[in-house]
Amino acid sequence: MPKYVKFAVQALFYAAFVAAIGVFSAWPVYRQIPEDSAQIKLSFNHGGGRLQDCRKLTSEELAKLPSTQRRPNNCARERQPIAVQMLVDGAPIYDAVLKPSGLSGDGQAETYKKFIVPAGKHTIVARLRDSKRTEGFDYESSFEVDLAPQQNLAIDFKAEQGGFLFR
Amino acid sequence: MDLLRRLLRYGFDTGEKLLSLAFPASWNPLLNLGALGFFFYWIVTASGIYVYIFFDTGVAQAFASVEYMTNDQWYAAGLMRSLHRYASDGLVAVMLLHILREFALDHYRGVRWFSWATGLPVLVLVYFAGISGYWLVWDKLGQYVAIVSTEWLDHLPFFGQPLARNFLSPDTLESRFFTLMIFMHIAIPLIALVVLWLHLQRIVKPRINPPIGLAIGTGLSLLVLSAVAPATSQGAANLAMVPGRIGLDWFYLGAYPLLEKLPGPATWSAAVTLFIVMAAIPWLPPMKRQRAASVDLANCNGCNRCMNDCPYNAITMQMRSDGRPFEGEAVVNPDLCVSCGICAGSCPTSTPFRRLSELVPGIDLPDRTIAAIRADTEAEGARIAGPARIMVYGCVNAGVATACRSSNVGVVTLNCTGQLPPSFIDYVISLNLADGVIIAGCTENGCYNRFGSKWTIDRLASQRDPHLRARVPRERIKAVWAGRLGVAKLRREIAALETSLKGLGPYRHHADRAVTPEDRADA
Ligand code: HEM
Ligand code: SF4
Ligand code: SF4
Repeated sequence: MPKYVKFAVQALFYAAFVAAIGVFSAWPVYRQIPEDSAQIKLSFNHGGGRLQDCRKLTSEELAKLPSTQRRPNNCARERQPIAVQMLVDGAPIYDAVLKPSGLSGDGQAETYKKFIVPAGKHTIVARLRDSKRTEGFDYESSFEVDLAPQQNLAIDFKAEQGGFLFR
Repeated sequence: MDLLRRLLRYGFDTGEKLLSLAFPASWNPLLNLGALGFFFYWIVTASGIYVYIFFDTGVAQAFASVEYMTNDQWYAAGLMRSLHRYASDGLVAVMLLHILREFALDHYRGVRWFSWATGLPVLVLVYFAGISGYWLVWDKLGQYVAIVSTEWLDHLPFFGQPLARNFLSPDTLESRFFTLMIFMHIAIPLIALVVLWLHLQRIVKPRINPPIGLAIGTGLSLLVLSAVAPATSQGAANLAMVPGRIGLDWFYLGAYPLLEKLPGPATWSAAVTLFIVMAAIPWLPPMKRQRAASVDLANCNGCNRCMNDCPYNAITMQMRSDGRPFEGEAVVNPDLCVSCGICAGSCPTSTPFRRLSELVPGIDLPDRTIAAIRADTEAEGARIAGPARIMVYGCVNAGVATACRSSNVGVVTLNCTGQLPPSFIDYVISLNLADGVIIAGCTENGCYNRFGSKWTIDRLASQRDPHLRARVPRERIKAVWAGRLGVAKLRREIAALETSLKGLGPYRHHADRAVTPEDRADA
């Protein structure tokens, strides 16, 4: 091969190399969720009530304990599981019982879930039970939303702020 | 595994062959992948330092500062930003090819496991560095990277609160991750550099810098790419929206859609399995390898040649242990020796002219001795006949010589062309075992044992010990850098030498040539 042809082929090779780099550094384009849909993200940490009420120790029981550990109440640390439900336009999309975290079940329960829904108007109902009751819910919020395409609606829960927070 | 290696090897050999049509052997990009990796690393470092000057490290200001570079300072900081991105992509590309090539060539098993094992953390670190880089721009892509990365980590039971909660909505965003990412993005490449230094510890004179021509070619073309298609951001991050359409950098983020869509246990077990397999692969199965070189003290005069020629630092010179008045003695570390035989080819005592004593060189391969090579040479010399007899010394790694064996072509195999002491060529010609000699090895600059072909070329040119004697008629010898795909090339070269040997006629041998005082001095 004559020298200039070699250089031309080298140039072509370099061009192909950097073209591949340029192209695959941003293409093919990726779409996380379908074009005319939106995302609802439900995520919170929340600690339910104690599973058992505290019990007053009898004086005999107290006497048996080492003096440094004498406390009048005996409280089991395990927390209540938390029941959560979410409905979009009346249809349940999430229905779960969240166990408390931690080895002895004394931590907060947590969840992090994503749901893809068509963009547009929806009624979202979120419910949560963290007490000993077996039916019904301690918190319930209903929310009318008009989701734009690609919108990310976050639903958080904070008991001290009154329950579910839509943001 | 073997089939996979062969297929890959065929692919690399073909690519190398095609590229060799346009590139000089020393520039061949496929023979410089590690060096190109280093080159890209330096470009990334230099451009990274430059863009860091303009980068605002707050999560709220980062995006704007990067936009400023690309839009207002496109001719300097913007260009540097593009170089930073594209050289990082180039780094991944050549690194992945480098891994595949070392795998294909079986350079990762046996005593070479060390380079493989130290390469693996570099692979992981390079990915961490790139991912943290995309995070820092804090555009839609940065948002995507942050969310998918933290969601993926959240599959592990280590974190109390889901890390991804940090990115739930604009008002939950804190800058703690951002600060961590900036730190990681600077610290990780530095750690990688330290590991790379380890990576090369067992390799003598590693090719760290690409040849200047190749460096100019790749550097310029990256610059052109940066000017023609500047790297841009993809709109400010907004946690109230899903990133939507994003251009992914597939070199770094190719697995992200999978991490995002597939269940955590599946992706984590796949990732862990891949890592474990890659870490264990040098022993899956272990390499069946010939025994390491061994030193025969009685024949070693401590000349250092073998130590200077060993491509893997397997030989050290130590205090003489037998009381003879030499400075030192060669000692082989079998854990580093790849059994290439290059040391035997360099030892002054490896001369086939030795008849008075048994042919035991100072250093030799127990499974392919210099004595055996002489015996094969003599047997082949006795077998071949005709007007143009040729002795081919063929390296087993190229493996093309045996296919050329014929009634006038004798073939003796070597573990590496560097295993052949040049005195063998003299021996063949002056004892009239053949009319000409060919040394057939890997492609030029592509030696399986790194330096075999280079030392051979230098020895034949009398530029490196042991020299080929001046009396050897150079027109009767030829080195052919055929490579694994080079049977046809070797055949052509054999035919060409046959023709010229016929023209030259038989070499005039002197009866007293067989053993001369020179030879005795050698022995
Ligand atoms: C940026 C990353 C890397 C760079 C810059 C790099 C660079 C190099 C260089 C310069 C050499 C010496 C080549 C020579 O002179 O013959 C080498 C050898 C080697 N590399 Fe890497 N390397 C990188 C990553 C890796 C990775 C990820 C692996 C595998 C997991 C790997 C496996 C090897 C092996 C097995 C060898 C030994 C070859 C031999 O024994 O001849 N490298 N590398
Ligand atoms: S056989 Fe090769 S690797 Fe082993 S000591 Fe000799 S030159 Fe070094
Ligand atoms: S080349 Fe031979 S003589 Fe020289 S140090 Fe090595 S073994 Fe000894």
